[in-house]
Amino acid sequence: MSEKLLMKGNEVIAEAALRAGCKHYFGYPITPQTEVAHYMAKKMPEINGTFVQAESEVAAINMVYGAAAAGARVLTSSSSPGISLKQEGISYIAGAELPCVIVNIVRCGPGLGGILPAQCDYFQAVKGGGHGDYKMVVLAPSSVQELYELTVESFNIADRYRICTMIMGDGMLGQMMEAVEFKAKEEIYHDDKKWATTGTKMQRESNDVTSIYINPEVLEKHNLKLQAKYRQIEQNEVRVETYNCENADIIVTAYGTVARIIKNVIKSAEKEGIKVGLIRPVTLWPFPTAAFEKYAETPKAFLSVELSAGQMVEDVRLAVNGKCPVYFYGRMGGMVPSQKEILNKIKEILK
Amino acid sequence: MKQLELIIAGFGGQGILSAGRLLAYAGMLEGKYVSWLPSYGPEMRGGTANCSVVISDEPVGSPILDTANVLVVMNGPSLEKFEKVVEPDGLIISDSSLVEAKPKRTDIDFSGVPATQIASDMGNLTYANIIILGKLLAKTGIVSRESFETALKKVLPAKKHHMIPEEMKALNLGHDY
Amino acid sequence: MATVFKKPHALKDLPLHYCPGCTHGIIHRIIAEVIDELEIEGTTIGVSPVGCAYNNYEYFNCDFVQAAHGRAPAVATGIKRVHPDNYVFTYQGDGDLAAIGTAEIVHAATRGENITTVFVNNAIYGMTSGQMAPTTLLNQVTTTSPYGRKPEIHGYPVKVCEMLSTLEGAVYVERTSVHDVKNINKTKAAIKKAFQVQKAKKGFSIVEVLSTCPTNWGINPVDSLKWLEQNMMPFYPLGNFKGKDLEVL
Repeated sequence: MSEKLLMKGNEVIAEAALRAGCKHYFGYPITPQTEVAHYMAKKMPEINGTFVQAESEVAAINMVYGAAAAGARVLTSSSSPGISLKQEGISYIAGAELPCVIVNIVRCGPGLGGILPAQCDYFQAVKGGGHGDYKMVVLAPSSVQELYELTVESFNIADRYRICTMIMGDGMLGQMMEAVEFKAKEEIYHDDKKWATTGTKMQRESNDVTSIYINPEVLEKHNLKLQAKYRQIEQNEVRVETYNCENADIIVTAYGTVARIIKNVIKSAEKEGIKVGLIRPVTLWPFPTAAFEKYAETPKAFLSVELSAGQMVEDVRLAVNGKCPVYFYGRMGGMVPSQKEILNKIKEILK
Repeated sequence: MKQLELIIAGFGGQGILSAGRLLAYAGMLEGKYVSWLPSYGPEMRGGTANCSVVISDEPVGSPILDTANVLVVMNGPSLEKFEKVVEPDGLIISDSSLVEAKPKRTDIDFSGVPATQIASDMGNLTYANIIILGKLLAKTGIVSRESFETALKKVLPAKKHHMIPEEMKALNLGHDY
Repeated sequence: MATVFKKPHALKDLPLHYCPGCTHGIIHRIIAEVIDELEIEGTTIGVSPVGCAYNNYEYFNCDFVQAAHGRAPAVATGIKRVHPDNYVFTYQGDGDLAAIGTAEIVHAATRGENITTVFVNNAIYGMTSGQMAPTTLLNQVTTTSPYGRKPEIHGYPVKVCEMLSTLEGAVYVERTSVHDVKNINKTKAAIKKAFQVQKAKKGFSIVEVLSTCPTNWGINPVDSLKWLEQNMMPFYPLGNFKGKDLEVL
């Protein structure tokens, strides 16, 4: 580890991508993630990399598609309305099995909505925002240090499985400064990408990157291959933090920004004699179902706290599978719940 | 003070965000957990600026502060806006050169420092934010002046390092006011 | 015995799926001949469109990436930025390039992206069965302009070369046709020049090729060639719009 630096979340994402060997960034400005682009615009020329400010998010994601097809580690970043525009490309990337990383610094919607913290795009990210049966790996950091570590890891996961990974944060994580310690050297997964379109050099058959399979038998086979890959990812790539769950009166589940608040709630609840546990999904897909199964019969109740009208709670209910009541508490529109209101909700449930 | 939960607010251009950042940096250098969160987006366009800083011995939960134990205000509207979020027994420091009003609250500690006037006397208005931080350090002891000086060295680009003695003079003037 | 005619190496030995009389096959062959003559098969990466030529990657021996509808210039940008010394070209029809992909083609040209676009204009959507294209001529009957294209209802056809040649980043812009041998040869010369412009890293190059669609025009292949000449060429004049004298390697 090197010395600690105080850095903004968005800048750390960009720095982490560079450290992961990403030399190509394509994006379009949108608050509150634009610092990623600023950082890349400054740094890419220094390393002979590419920064392109595209004409739209649609163009940016298709540039990502092209660069990924050409074998490069590639990043784009945006925020909710921009991510909606990228869905076309994300679906093609899934179909063509290209590795890339997409950052979504979520803002509140629908429509242009607002720019303050929200988690209203959970469904879009984990259930497939674009068309077709596909999945992305979705990582939800909750600190600046984790933004760094998970961004580096997201490139490795993308290459390992030829899949699109998404870093999902919000304006609070993107805008805040916290201490971050970079490693002297990153662990990089190396893949020779024999499938990439790099030019045949007259030494091999041509490589074609495509997502179109007109023959139904061929397409079904392709779909089954994708599903098998997704099952493998569910086996290998689940990341979750469980905290204070043994003998907990109630287990709260939250990710990203909200999980930070819950840690404070746990302390205040303890003073009032209530044991609150936390299950923090770090991967939103694959969802850490096993962690919920493990503790499903421990507490009196589960409570999912989200910056949404209740999205992840559906996956929590599926994972708990009726073994324990599951409650929900959420705020929307950029409002972030206070510790006090969450604690009140906990007391109300346990009453 | 075990944990600082600070809101600094004022006009854009008064060095509100950089004051918060310097303080957070100094806290980090002392091995504490810190966070700094600016107001962002359209809010930035209206000419006002504020940021939240947490410095703590324990990991920082939410960097968004529902309540603060210290409030620094460098203009009148900010006092009006944020006075109510200060915890009982909390501290409000104002730049009394610019903020004529005094807090209405009686359950808090209050210090007025004519930071802009002192900075003006030094010949550089941009030191007002440092002067007021000097007072904050004196009242809370959240970080040492030595750490603050190191933070200046870390945060300022090398070409501005020659300004550090003046910055420290400003800090001390605020500290001892 | 001397070989007087053979399949270009850059083309695979496969039957094409295009309709009888369609000129896509001629244009594919031209591109393959150019690739052979410039000896760039091993360093060329093509980008396939959405439209009748969606799977033309299957016919070429060079690497290919299939793109979403209209996005080929953006995809090509991504590829080119990773491999700046390779040849990257897009192959796009009129619906793909001039309707859904207008932003992508205009901005690739604006950036002077060092790629080549072969734009096949047959004034109709072929793949989806004969709808009005942005380049459909006035009074032309299509399945979505069954009473003919009327300006007061459908607006006017778009002249892509004229539009793109106003952009500084577009350095080589030419419109050709494949309705007879003389023009086929001119098309080949233009496409070759476009690739040479790319080799010289001069900027964006595009060759618009007037083409036929006997099936959706409802005209037999021979009469289609005449229809092209009599109807399309007066509105879409052939010739070089930009970069005629550009020095290339």
